[in-house]
Amino acid sequence: MNEVPDFVKPSIEYAELWPLLLIFGAACAGVLVEAFLPRKLRYPVQALMSIAAVVVAFVGVILIALDLPEIEDGAGRGILAAEGAIAVDGPTVFLWGLILALAFAGILLFAERQLEGGVSAFAGQAAAIPGTEAERQASTRGLDHTEVFPLMLFAVGGMMLFPASNDLLTLFVALEVLSLPLYLLCGLARRRRLLSQEAALKYFLLGAFSSGFFLYGLALVYGYAGTMDFGGINDAIANSTGNHALLLTGIGLLSVGLLFKVGAAPFQAWTPDVYQGAPTAVTAFMAAATKVAAFGALLRLFYVAFGNERWNWSPLLWALAILSMVVGVILAVAQTDVKRMLAYSSVAHTGFLLTGVLGLRATGDITPGQITSTQAVLFYLVTYGFLTIGSFAVVSLVRDASGEVTNLKRWAGLGKESPVVAGIFALFLLGLAGIPLTSGFTGKWAVFSAAMSAGAWPVVVAAALSSVVAAFFYIRVIVLMYFTEPAPGEAPAVTMPSVLTATAIAMGVGVTVLLGVLPGPVLEMAANAGEFIR
Amino acid sequence: MNTEPYIILSAILFTIGCVGVLTRRNAIVVFMCVELMLNASNLALVTFAKQHGNLDGQIAAFFVMVVAAAEVVVGLAIIMTIFRTRRSASVDDASLLKY
Repeated sequence: MNEVPDFVKPSIEYAELWPLLLIFGAACAGVLVEAFLPRKLRYPVQALMSIAAVVVAFVGVILIALDLPEIEDGAGRGILAAEGAIAVDGPTVFLWGLILALAFAGILLFAERQLEGGVSAFAGQAAAIPGTEAERQASTRGLDHTEVFPLMLFAVGGMMLFPASNDLLTLFVALEVLSLPLYLLCGLARRRRLLSQEAALKYFLLGAFSSGFFLYGLALVYGYAGTMDFGGINDAIANSTGNHALLLTGIGLLSVGLLFKVGAAPFQAWTPDVYQGAPTAVTAFMAAATKVAAFGALLRLFYVAFGNERWNWSPLLWALAILSMVVGVILAVAQTDVKRMLAYSSVAHTGFLLTGVLGLRATGDITPGQITSTQAVLFYLVTYGFLTIGSFAVVSLVRDASGEVTNLKRWAGLGKESPVVAGIFALFLLGLAGIPLTSGFTGKWAVFSAAMSAGAWPVVVAAALSSVVAAFFYIRVIVLMYFTEPAPGEAPAVTMPSVLTATAIAMGVGVTVLLGVLPGPVLEMAANAGEFIR
Repeated sequence: MNTEPYIILSAILFTIGCVGVLTRRNAIVVFMCVELMLNASNLALVTFAKQHGNLDGQIAAFFVMVVAAAEVVVGLAIIMTIFRTRRSASVDDASLLKY
């Protein structure tokens, strides 16, 4: 029998982890608010508390970013916290800041009540069956599910943990913590509840399926390396101990889970259905923030844990990047629903982001003037996140008596009806298309040049060609809004939002214009984020 | 101890789960097959922990059980809501969102 060693207390670096813990704490407090506060108070308390938590955490992330210690070899900054389970380094704090900024905009959209005439966009009582007396009562009494705020904060916490996790187990737990609340949020729409419930079911079943693959991959990589730690896996690959087939199968299965989350083809099937069926506020938040978190995790896993195995995984990513772009743009051209079109466009953007992942990762490998792929992908995520959240926020404004109007035909003539809203949406579309002077152009330039410097020119050629096709369907919507007469009696109507949605849209517009005209500071910040530590 | 049979068993369980998800119609059965995949992973984790002589894999198996329980809560809630609306738990019936 072995001696039982004394229990050693694990050290938790609270000074670096408190923004993450604050978000989880606020989410737990939100659950208590639901249980103990009277119904009338819940909405203001939940909304204010969530906003306060996100703002305070954001300030905390900035403070932490300012004094991250340099690691010994000077290649990056940061520390391994919580016994090496969480890496708080440059890319982590950059992504934390970005996720919190997107969460701030997301909470504003969640709290919007003017569009539905005094209630939120979420079901009054999710348990009431659609079309029954119970549902009518819930809506006449003005009930509201304020649980959406804590659910969202749990998702935000999971998203912050996801790109920071430095071992496979933390990565898996973070993946589930971010996914489970999102499955629920998708099914809570106030209107078109059948679609919403169906979206939740599809997202849940496919998400659970993909996390099954992820977990088996995790087990196989653990079987290969004998450790869950990213640094340890890297060492095991460098010493090539263990059975190589186990490692390759493991990498493949782990990528299925991650590529499902980022919505890369051929794992994109859920994207359009879920984006269309979910309440638009949820779609906006989920589309933007999940992609940020999942790409952060993907970069860390592939660069830190599987960095020595690059020659085996990069052909796979080459193929999937090209496939995502092609599938995304071709199917987007055929869409008649604006939310589905944006969903397929997000699949194409996943392809562009994967193009960036193929670049060179280390600062030592590049000549001055080139950019590392971490820098390129981080910058692209900023541009993509704000463009997405902004454009879905605009979608939530175009409505008729039965709720949002998402059929593109009904968007004809929007330019005359509401020049401001149509103008803003046109700006977002131009940004997504990557037209110069918008953030999308700078982002595309960054990922393409990162991939070029690593010699991935076939992918860049495919990316450039798909950008051209993509520009076609974005500009088609602009033509529709400005130069097409609406069918009689089908003119679109824009509902004036409250200051909440207006602020979220303004954030999107601000970032899109600013990063298009003056991308320097944010590119600099992404460069200063440095490398992933191990 | 020869660990190979256990790994082979876990691969068989994983495959059964995977095929089940792809072929079964009832959402509950599909979900049970997903759980089978998670448990196959648990078996693999515990076996590899034995093989490597460390505890990481066994601890991971505990975490997986907790996560699977949380997933059941969320999953059954969603499946039950959609069943009450449609009087059917068939995944083929939920087909309003397409193309």
